[in-house]
Amino acid sequence: MSKPSLKQTLKDLETKKISIRELSQDYLKRIKEKKNLNVFIHFSEENVLKQIDNLEKDNSAKKLKGIPIAIKDLFCTKSMPTTAASKILENFNPTYESYVTQKLLDEGSIFVGKTNLDEFAMGSATNTSFFGNTINPLSKENEPLAPGGSSGGSAAAVAANLCLGATGTDTGGSIRQPASFCGVVGIKPTYGLCSRWGIAAFASSLDQAGIFSHNVEDASILLQSIAGFDQRDSTSAKVDIPNYFENLDHDLNGKTVGIPKEYSIDGTPMEISQIWEDAIKVLEKKGVKIKNISLPHTKYALPTYYIIAPAEASSNLARYDGVKYGFRSDEIDSLDEMYENTRAQGFGREVKRRILIGTYVLSAGYYDAYYLKAQKVRKLIADDFNKAFKECDFIVTPTAPSAAFPLNEKQNDPIKMYLNDVFTVPASLAGLPGISIPFGKDKNNLPLGIQILGKHFDEQQVFNAAASLERSYE
Amino acid sequence: MKIDKNTINKIARLSRIKLDGTESEDYIKDLNSILDWVEQLNEVNTENIEPLSNISSSILPKREDVSKDTNSSDEILKNAPDKLEGFFAVPKVVE
Repeated sequence: MSKPSLKQTLKDLETKKISIRELSQDYLKRIKEKKNLNVFIHFSEENVLKQIDNLEKDNSAKKLKGIPIAIKDLFCTKSMPTTAASKILENFNPTYESYVTQKLLDEGSIFVGKTNLDEFAMGSATNTSFFGNTINPLSKENEPLAPGGSSGGSAAAVAANLCLGATGTDTGGSIRQPASFCGVVGIKPTYGLCSRWGIAAFASSLDQAGIFSHNVEDASILLQSIAGFDQRDSTSAKVDIPNYFENLDHDLNGKTVGIPKEYSIDGTPMEISQIWEDAIKVLEKKGVKIKNISLPHTKYALPTYYIIAPAEASSNLARYDGVKYGFRSDEIDSLDEMYENTRAQGFGREVKRRILIGTYVLSAGYYDAYYLKAQKVRKLIADDFNKAFKECDFIVTPTAPSAAFPLNEKQNDPIKMYLNDVFTVPASLAGLPGISIPFGKDKNNLPLGIQILGKHFDEQQVFNAAASLERSYE
Repeated sequence: MKIDKNTINKIARLSRIKLDGTESEDYIKDLNSILDWVEQLNEVNTENIEPLSNISSSILPKREDVSKDTNSSDEILKNAPDKLEGFFAVPKVVE
């Protein structure tokens, strides 16, 4: 079988080489075969068949008509429950549709199911989900590997070809890191490009929706579909969305790539340094000028992130109180008891840890020392990138400091787990677009990822560089 | 040690999360190690640096000042764990 491609499938549907029903049935079959991977929190064959029926009656031309898409279970969907992988939202049925999923529905795509994630997107291995781990489809028998996280279900869904594309969200690396672990393409666009309306909030100044796909072309098509201004999100940007796919330009001759020296970190496996060097060599051959740059505050990005993100999370997650929706504890002798028991029983360990730390750094007497300090360092990190982008068109780094690790390996030490995001967090703090593409393998034949970062709203340059690198790797 | 038993109880109370004894011990350990780790930010000179709270450069757009009637109380109450005559219901607050 040839490599799955959304672009090619659209052609095949158009020329009637395959029907929408045949296509979906092929995907439904595989989804049922791969049930052991625990990719989906919600999957209903009936729901998929209903969507096919409706599309068959619909004669209008639609850009993604019949394309099977998987949705991270953090996006509110009217046709399927939405849990954020938390017990506290176990029985939540949204009465409205998120902006991103509405756009995908308008274009005629078929939602195959809601994918697993770390609870409220807090994690890097999809192992904090109330609904159990997702298994990386690239695992060998008896050696289950983590798919990365938090959007591990979506990355795994694409890797196992259970859909032709999937939505994800990225707060500190939650699209790029699992894309790297599962050997697929994952893009987090500029902060503000896609509306956050209808996405369960984690850290609002960082959360951004994005796309997983089988290749860069497909990502460029899907990102265009979900981007756009929305007045219900006050940080949504009013910018023109170019046709990324039509504008794809593989010719990088004369461009300058920035290579940040601070991303050479002690302890990074040789193989990862090697693929980074390989990518640079490939770019050089294409006529790209190599520029060594410095992002001096890189080492402070992780501690900054782990103050800001929990602080915002502690505030955002205050809404889960057992009153308006979701789970309510049975032990409710008083209103306070109800709140405290509901939240104690409804949230998992990592979520509680982050709420507690976030509450602490925002509490009276500590706000300036932690939260305000972190926001100031965040400014310095963003300024580093602004300066660097005066000298280069895009930046290339590894995506993650390791290949996929065994399930549960890093569970006990939170800081060790947080280090997974070392290469992805800085761009998140600066709100920059970043893509991860598969580029090379480690000694166990597991995929490794290269990350390309661009200027604000310069997704086109990111796609161009990614498409060009992808082509030479294939 | 920044977080002791009293502090964790205070934060848990502020967060409205009930902790049992062994859980508290675990969180004291976790939070202290995280706070020790973020301490490194003190190495950075941030004098005269403006805090960055919003990365978006877009200006808040204005909308037209017209009222919209969205009577959606049924929808809003649809997921409520307990409701009564068009309201959310909670345990009795006033004796």
